Amino acid sequence: MPLELNAGDQSMLHGEQGSAAAAAMKILVAFAKAVDARKLLDIAGAHIDGCLYHGQASLDFVERLIEGGGRVRVPTTLNVGSFDLMHPGLVKMTAAEEVPARRLMKAHLELGCQATFTCAPYQTRFRPGFGEQIAWGESNAIVFANSVIGARTNRYGDFIDLCCAITGRAPAWGLHLIENRRGQVLFELTGGLEPTDALFVGVGLIVGQRSGDRIPVISGLPPPRDEDQLKALGAAAATTGAVALFHAVGITPEAKTRDEALHGLVPEQKIRISCADIDHALARLSSVPDGVLLAAVSLGTPHFSYEEWMRLLPLLREVAPGRGVPIYVNTGRATLARLQDEGALAGMGAFGLVPVADTCTYVTTIIERLDGVVMTNSGKWAHYAPGNIGVSVAFGDMEDCVRSAAAGRVVRGAP
Amino acid sequence: MRGPDRTGTFHLAGSAQGPALVLSQALSFWGGIDVETGDIIDHSHPNLGGNIAGKILVMPSGRGSSSSSSVLAEAIRRGTAPAGIILERPDPILAVGAIVAEFLYEISMPLVVCEISGIVSGDRIAIDLGEDAQAMVSKI
Repeated sequence: MPLELNAGDQSMLHGEQGSAAAAAMKILVAFAKAVDARKLLDIAGAHIDGCLYHGQASLDFVERLIEGGGRVRVPTTLNVGSFDLMHPGLVKMTAAEEVPARRLMKAHLELGCQATFTCAPYQTRFRPGFGEQIAWGESNAIVFANSVIGARTNRYGDFIDLCCAITGRAPAWGLHLIENRRGQVLFELTGGLEPTDALFVGVGLIVGQRSGDRIPVISGLPPPRDEDQLKALGAAAATTGAVALFHAVGITPEAKTRDEALHGLVPEQKIRISCADIDHALARLSSVPDGVLLAAVSLGTPHFSYEEWMRLLPLLREVAPGRGVPIYVNTGRATLARLQDEGALAGMGAFGLVPVADTCTYVTTIIERLDGVVMTNSGKWAHYAPGNIGVSVAFGDMEDCVRSAAAGRVVRGAP
Repeated sequence: MRGPDRTGTFHLAGSAQGPALVLSQALSFWGGIDVETGDIIDHSHPNLGGNIAGKILVMPSGRGSSSSSSVLAEAIRRGTAPAGIILERPDPILAVGAIVAEFLYEISMPLVVCEISGIVSGDRIAIDLGEDAQAMVSKI
């Protein structure tokens, strides 16, 4: 079946709306044919994962769209870049690296994108609503939008997310269509599990590993304290696997019941997850034993929400770590501005707190001592940081991380 | 000696010739290719240490991160990309990389979807445009 284009699509394709729109539509059409879509659909928003500098081609593409009069047609947020524009001294780069990295971020703004520079666009005022069609890049954002909000996106990425934003269109395929959102593999949690932060990370890691390209349904998950626990689950699942949507029975909006999540069909496979499985998955995140000296703590992958800050700040005051071990916290610039307006960060530097905005500590050079051990509460950070920046990692919950910073070495399970 | 022609579908149309490099497993360009050299650097891949530059890369499918689009486009820009790619199954991520490179640099690296059985590494392969914009793949 051929791809059917409407009059607006044709107009863009034939260059009647400028050369940038024509190029974006041409690329989108090629993509739509490759995924065998029958038509394109309107989107309400986009999130662009294009601000990390992967080479000259990344920048050439955006510059060419600017030259061609390109402008996004829908509200469009930006993912992290390689540079913290709010704290310019924090990222250590040569001028040869810094110039294109900064230019790539700024060039996206010239296309009309919003200067969010966050991997958690769902924490901003551009958060989509249930059932909305969107075109998002960034794996954790995609899984959050689909699963926790019930918005609809496929896994978009490099170039194509921007083509969707420039045209306001996306191919009608995959998770945009309700019939493709059916849960296929059922994960059953056994035992009375406490809703700890680590539980959600551990379940996410296992679900990612074992789902393949199928949509997971999780039953037996205890009600989360807040959506940050679901954020952590999704981010972990999208790290160890290609999960773009999960259903958690009784928790996520398309899974009020198991039957709803499975669209009334039987699951293709059932997988039990025990406490031991979760412990095993979490243990694999740490490459060092307890007690080793700590170089830094990194929190906020995905970006720390305001609610997470409200849990961290009292903990810092209570435990009062010194400045010896820096505690980096990655967060969105809008969240940071709110905290600063409220004066919430005053004096926190004395506890070693180093807020990081616009980027993330595992995609660029912020952490001073890359030969050391870094402790994190993020399954995603623990998975990627050793390969990306060469550190050794200890995983623990937020409280363990803060207590370890105070002790100067890795301590876990402290009272 | 001329092998049997086979036809396929272009994700990106063009013509190319080169020695086949047949991968039994899908390769993610992101994290799998050194874009400066075209070397395969994925330590879990059986063809670790091979080089894709100038080859007709033949594999069952693409794999992994959408950042592979950028890596392919950048490899095409630098001249470290394959001369052409033949896949058994469609791959939108590689398709985007190839079409963006054509848009930016006017280099058309053909990307074909067709049956890949019977092609072995070292075969000299030609990809050409056939009738009705079909891809013609032949051993030469």
